[in-house]
Amino acid sequence: METGFDLKAVYDNIIYFFIGRYPHGALGGIALTLYLALASCILSFFGGLILGLLSLSRNRVIRYGSLLLVHAIRGMPLLMMIFWIYFLLPAFMGRPVPETSTVIVALTLFTSAYMSQIVKAGVESIPRGQMEAGLSTGLRYSHVMISVILPQALRNMIPSFVNQFVSLIKDTSLAFIVGVSELTHVATQINNRTMVYPAEIFGFIAVVYFVICFAFTSLSRWLEKRLAYRKAI
Amino acid sequence: MFNYAFDWGVITTGKYAEWLLEGIKVTIQLSLVSIVLAFLLGLLVAVMRMSTVKPVRWFAHAYLEFFRNTPLLVQIFFWYFGSYQVLPRAVNDWLTGMNFEFAAAVISLTIYTSAFIAEDIRSGVRSIPKEQMEAARSSGFSYIGSMRHIILPQAVRITIPPLISQFLNLVKNSSLAMTIGVAELTYQARQVESYTFKGFEAFTAATLVYLVMSVAITGLVTLYSMKVLNPIRTH
Repeated sequence: METGFDLKAVYDNIIYFFIGRYPHGALGGIALTLYLALASCILSFFGGLILGLLSLSRNRVIRYGSLLLVHAIRGMPLLMMIFWIYFLLPAFMGRPVPETSTVIVALTLFTSAYMSQIVKAGVESIPRGQMEAGLSTGLRYSHVMISVILPQALRNMIPSFVNQFVSLIKDTSLAFIVGVSELTHVATQINNRTMVYPAEIFGFIAVVYFVICFAFTSLSRWLEKRLAYRKAI
Repeated sequence: MFNYAFDWGVITTGKYAEWLLEGIKVTIQLSLVSIVLAFLLGLLVAVMRMSTVKPVRWFAHAYLEFFRNTPLLVQIFFWYFGSYQVLPRAVNDWLTGMNFEFAAAVISLTIYTSAFIAEDIRSGVRSIPKEQMEAARSSGFSYIGSMRHIILPQAVRITIPPLISQFLNLVKNSSLAMTIGVAELTYQARQVESYTFKGFEAFTAATLVYLVMSVAITGLVTLYSMKVLNPIRTH
């Protein structure tokens, strides 16, 4: 240990840690981290729902196609996905894409694959008899799915969705690699400027991430207990 | 994109193919070293987490929650940039003597993964009926003795599939080591891209390698469950 523990670099930059250059510049820091996580979470909820339902499809081509996609995404590192999107999206769009959008698209695609497995497991956990009963009362497959199966399945999935949100908050730190000024990027900038307090700076943001993630992890555990209780009565 | 001239030769022959192969080697080295250390550390934390001594249990619990709820990238930066502040000088000199980037990546991947492994081991242990522990204790085994000879050998067997999945996560997570300059697969793919502008080919090659590894590892889990776990359960 060559230096003492000194939080001066953290105190001096505390506002920068929270909101970046806002309101004089772009939003950054913790606020941007939460924005990235929330936006990707909402988008990948729908992505996961669609992919999950497709991988339950009765059409074999659709089912195997979407399962293949899900497993391909799950088999690669998120970093690879970010590079792919960073590299392909501008080519597809035919114009430059802002880094923030690149990251949201990459996180959404990546998380949708994981969410789809939650959706698939959730739907499969509802007894088959419900689908059969629905169909035999004359409803269409899609109608039974939307009004009978999904409302029950989705409720059971809530804790898993919250866990995915926690993973997303942690994953937003990779946005650093394409220069999006979320919390980790802000920390590296401050570290480059001050040079001598890396343990304090990275220790501080670790605690910030921990506080946010742990709050949601605890929420998910509480929800799980409550759901189990509701099922038991 | 649509008038892009594909040139697979760039990544299948010569210098750049060697770079990618070198990257695969480093990814495998990094993952293997880290998984072994993470397993040992995870086992230790799992045993501490189940200890009857409260402070030990609390410490293990805090360790688990903290490292599971913090991004790996931040942990990598913490150890890479901050190790000289938090580790004794002798350790730092020793690490610098080997390959500091690689060592920092191993430390962070080990600690991060150990927290997940410890939880997997704990659920494995909890799946062993607690009467076995009581029986072991009443036939004269100490707590550690019963753990070592009776509970853990069974728990580890059940825990192997989740452990293999953790290894797969570790292989994927090792890509983050590129941010501190460890020349693993993702790093090399990026290098090839910046030297040749053949990003599509380089990323395809790297992605395929990751997919092959993940299919192989997933296949291993399935095989293990079929050959080892199911015969035990059906007995």
